[in-house]
Amino acid sequence: MDTSGNILFCGVGGQGILLASEITAHVLLATGLDVKKSEVHGMAQRGGSVEAHLRFGKKVYSPLIEPGTVDILVAFEQLEAVRYLPYLHKKSRVIVNTQKILPPAVATGKLAYPGDSLAQLEQRGLAVVPVDGFALAKEAGEIRAANVVLVGAMSVFMPVAEQEFVKVIEKRVPPRFREANMKAFQKGRRAGGK
Amino acid sequence: MTQKKTVEDRLWFSGNEAIALGAHEAGVKVASGYPGTPSTEILENLTRYDDVYTEWAPNEKVALEVVIGASFAGVRAMATMKHVGLNVAADPLFTASYTGGRGGLVVIVADDPTMHSSQNEQDSRNYAFSAKLPMLEPSDPAEAKEFLHLAFAVSEQFDTPVLLRTCTRIAHVKGVVRPEPARTLPAAEPGIEKMPAKFVMLPANARQRRVVIGERQRQLARFAEQFEENRVEWGDKQKGFITSGVSYLYVKEAFPEASVLKLGMVQPLPEKMIRDFARQVETLYVVEELDPFIELQIKAMGISCHGKDLIPAIGELNVALVRQAISNEPGRVEFEPVPVMPRPPNMCAGCPHRGLFYCLSRMGVFVSGDIGCYTLGFLPPLSAMDSCVCMGASIGVAHGMAKALGADGQGKVVAVIGDSTFIHSGITGLINMVYNKDFGTVVILDNRITAMTGHQPNPASGATLMGEPANAIDFEQLCRAVGVKHVQTVNPHDLKATRAALKEEIERPEVSVVITRAPCVLIPAEKKRKKYPYGTIIAKCTGCGVCIRLGCPAIQWTPLTPAEAKERGYKEKQKGFSQISEEVCNGCGQCVALCKFEAIAREEN
Repeated sequence: MDTSGNILFCGVGGQGILLASEITAHVLLATGLDVKKSEVHGMAQRGGSVEAHLRFGKKVYSPLIEPGTVDILVAFEQLEAVRYLPYLHKKSRVIVNTQKILPPAVATGKLAYPGDSLAQLEQRGLAVVPVDGFALAKEAGEIRAANVVLVGAMSVFMPVAEQEFVKVIEKRVPPRFREANMKAFQKGRRAGGK
Repeated sequence: MTQKKTVEDRLWFSGNEAIALGAHEAGVKVASGYPGTPSTEILENLTRYDDVYTEWAPNEKVALEVVIGASFAGVRAMATMKHVGLNVAADPLFTASYTGGRGGLVVIVADDPTMHSSQNEQDSRNYAFSAKLPMLEPSDPAEAKEFLHLAFAVSEQFDTPVLLRTCTRIAHVKGVVRPEPARTLPAAEPGIEKMPAKFVMLPANARQRRVVIGERQRQLARFAEQFEENRVEWGDKQKGFITSGVSYLYVKEAFPEASVLKLGMVQPLPEKMIRDFARQVETLYVVEELDPFIELQIKAMGISCHGKDLIPAIGELNVALVRQAISNEPGRVEFEPVPVMPRPPNMCAGCPHRGLFYCLSRMGVFVSGDIGCYTLGFLPPLSAMDSCVCMGASIGVAHGMAKALGADGQGKVVAVIGDSTFIHSGITGLINMVYNKDFGTVVILDNRITAMTGHQPNPASGATLMGEPANAIDFEQLCRAVGVKHVQTVNPHDLKATRAALKEEIERPEVSVVITRAPCVLIPAEKKRKKYPYGTIIAKCTGCGVCIRLGCPAIQWTPLTPAEAKERGYKEKQKGFSQISEEVCNGCGQCVALCKFEAIAREEN
């Protein structure tokens, strides 16, 4: 990933996926690049699968990422990471929140939650970065900041300085949550290997 | 103003935000619409600019009628809706084509290829053709804003309503948009000017106007040849693409070297321009989403081209699909998909609709459903909806079934409809039921808001789009006024009362209405209210599974092996137990009423 790339955010409605993609988009916009983001509203707000496509480069045409071309997948839920497998290529980086959110079929006891999501990705030679977003956000003092933890982990693999992320998060998070979110971002950076 | 979103001179806007900005810049004075994904956010964003009057109308037909009136009064006006809404507005649309207006009149219609949140897939370009109206089609948010200016200019130059078509991948795509100073317009002053020959469409006048439209179409066709947004981007002439809207972006990315004729106006088409382009390229391809709208017209010109023989006519396009269809190159997929269990949307924890659907699911009736959050009542485990056609259709469908079944249908068919949908186009169905002597029951699921599209106020909410307090419809009185003698109101969280009311009214051999009233848990007042969540007393849970049948996202089943059951002190044959997530639970108490073992309780505060 150089001055152009594709980032796919996926997870479950209500996890803060859109805010995470907004923060990332604003960081990229600040570098002067062209950026496009595509999201689907509607039914997905009711606990269904949610995805946001983010593309950047000198000039971006399509708002949708092509299968096989995602550089970073940021999955907010284990099972959802596997759903987007066809979007990845051999060198894709996969940031996975290890949190499990049970689909209705599991919550009602009809099916069991599959236990091998991360292994499925690793078996294919993918570089997987597991992040316990929920636990780290709790440590940072705000359980709702798991999305910022994941942004932190993702930021390690982006061609943008850490400071650019800090500036955008400071601007976009309400003052009373700022400190916790900053901590969450740093915890994410460490989980990402910095 | 939404200036806080500024990134220097560049705004990071969705297509819908860009259209709202364009409307503000273009000096729109009146805007009306009905919420519908993916068009909803246009009016929500436009209402932030204080120089424009915005409103939610009961339905799209009314919205269009309102803006036609505003145009008659001399100001620029705009209506917004989704594709299925344009069906509702079709009646005034076709006649507005005859009247034209005085101030510019633009109708925004957002299509939803692939039906991300729609009950059908349709191509609104056919309406433009059929109603003999010009239609513009932008490709991304930046163009969406620019095209709105052009749409108003065309509207005023040719005295015609103009359709502006977007789709999900424009409406909900964010990109860089450059703001401009708001333009002041000479025609922006409202006033009354009587023009009966133009505004009164009785047959004698309409016949005159029909001729005017013919001439207007010829002028528009000439204009299309010069229109700056119909443009050729020359490249390699082996492949030539004719395309429009979001399809243009996919073509540019898949075939950056090729020649492209980009149509910013898709109706009428610039015939001469198309002929010139076709002559100069080796192979001509038409790339368009959904119907072969451009392709058929090009073929009718006697020009041969590839189109739907290669490009799917169903669903959204994308880069990979276009590339593969044209060049036969396989996609770049390195990892085959693996089966992953679906994750469908669900009604929220504490949703009042769940209580009603739980009761209905156990009554063995045919539930004639409608469009809204409550359409999710169709999904398991409730599985309590048996049909769903379009906004407001539930009552008419139930009535038709009752008439077909005769006495055998008595007590077997129930219509369910939300508050906003009832106002949109359900009320006429209810009037019909009374007038034509039905014996059925209509349930109005009144949560006081248009929830599915994101909590827009409606005439039952007591507030306008612009945030002013307003009259909140009294449904009980309204139903009685149209002739319903039996109207009961219940709290759907109270399952016992709900079941009793349903049973009584369904068995009654006359038209009846049950209003289930409780606020949506996502409206701000409900979100702020302190919640007292329930918990499970694990030791008391027998694993009977009744609470699971509610399908509440706060309740989760933990399966047990016989050894685990024994270890936890349960009977060995117990298959599992239920647990309530206190973080998810909204404390509605529907599950408490179902648990015979008193295993669900909360700490009272």
